[in-house]
Amino acid sequence: MVRLLTHNLLACHARNCTSNNFPLELRDVSVALREADYSEDFLRGFIPRLEWPALVQAAKQLGEDSLPEEPLDPATATEEQLKALHHVLLEVHIEEGSMVCPGCQHVYPISNGIPNMLLAEHELARS
Amino acid sequence: MIPTPDLAHLTKQDYDVVYEPAEDTFILLDALEADAEVLRAIKTPICLEIGSGSGCVSAFLGVILGADAVYLCTDINPHAALCTLRTGAQNKVALSPVIASLASPFAQRLRRKIDVLVFNPPYVPTSADEVLDAQDAGGIAGAWAGGKDGMRVTNVLLGMLDDLLAPEGRFYLVALKQNDIPGITRRLREEQRMDCKIVLQRRAGREHLHVLCITRL
Repeated sequence: MVRLLTHNLLACHARNCTSNNFPLELRDVSVALREADYSEDFLRGFIPRLEWPALVQAAKQLGEDSLPEEPLDPATATEEQLKALHHVLLEVHIEEGSMVCPGCQHVYPISNGIPNMLLAEHELARS
Repeated sequence: MIPTPDLAHLTKQDYDVVYEPAEDTFILLDALEADAEVLRAIKTPICLEIGSGSGCVSAFLGVILGADAVYLCTDINPHAALCTLRTGAQNKVALSPVIASLASPFAQRLRRKIDVLVFNPPYVPTSADEVLDAQDAGGIAGAWAGGKDGMRVTNVLLGMLDDLLAPEGRFYLVALKQNDIPGITRRLREEQRMDCKIVLQRRAGREHLHVLCITRL
């Protein structure tokens, strides 16, 4: 269940890849739409936690162009705007495909709705 | 009392490769339930469970906190991630499993933004080789083999805690007496300026289980 909410929180973490590593580019994805319960409180609370341009960009890669380029203001966003955000953030599920780092081109596959973010030993950042 | 999540969809075949909820799982559920009011007071919380396995704990957290929260789950075992996804669906909680080690792919975006962090780590003292093999294999032994003092994996996470935990964040960690809880507490205080309290403890067979709650000082 890779929703754009999750996508908005994932960055490439390969060794030495610390800039231009977000957002991951969606490639060859198949999506499923699943209704989710609408919660205005959740949406207004979560807007400040989003990287808005990354969300808009990812939504466009999935053919969803209902979001404004400028971030919604949690205090003044209309119901119509919040419903559009709800749909893009929580109801569009990426089932298969991949996420590609814009910087190092590392490919993270998505299979059965689960992203695989594991790196091989030589790709790990020092810990 | 909050019921234990419905795990009827998981089979013996699943439990051959994914850790089956046991006493250490249940003490963690009990600790979360005891803190339900404190947890519900956090606004739009981001929860991250590391090593989510069957998904039992995150599903339970989902029942406590409801739909106005985000439930991220990581596990290095791909089949565990799948079980977590199915357990979310079975219990009508939107769990978001990711195959990953610790918090790695979230660390950048969620720097000091994780409100509820949960980890029932591989805490069983084993040989050092055993722990490394177990983590690399991503199989069921990785769910328990913890290295010399059972702290091999937990120590890695403790070292990055300051980068993960939100200012008012809470970290729930399962530990054994053999993991040297006074030592953990001292290190967290001195090296990370974190407070560590035992919120629940009980004996289960040979194990003296503890749930620690770690917060910023």
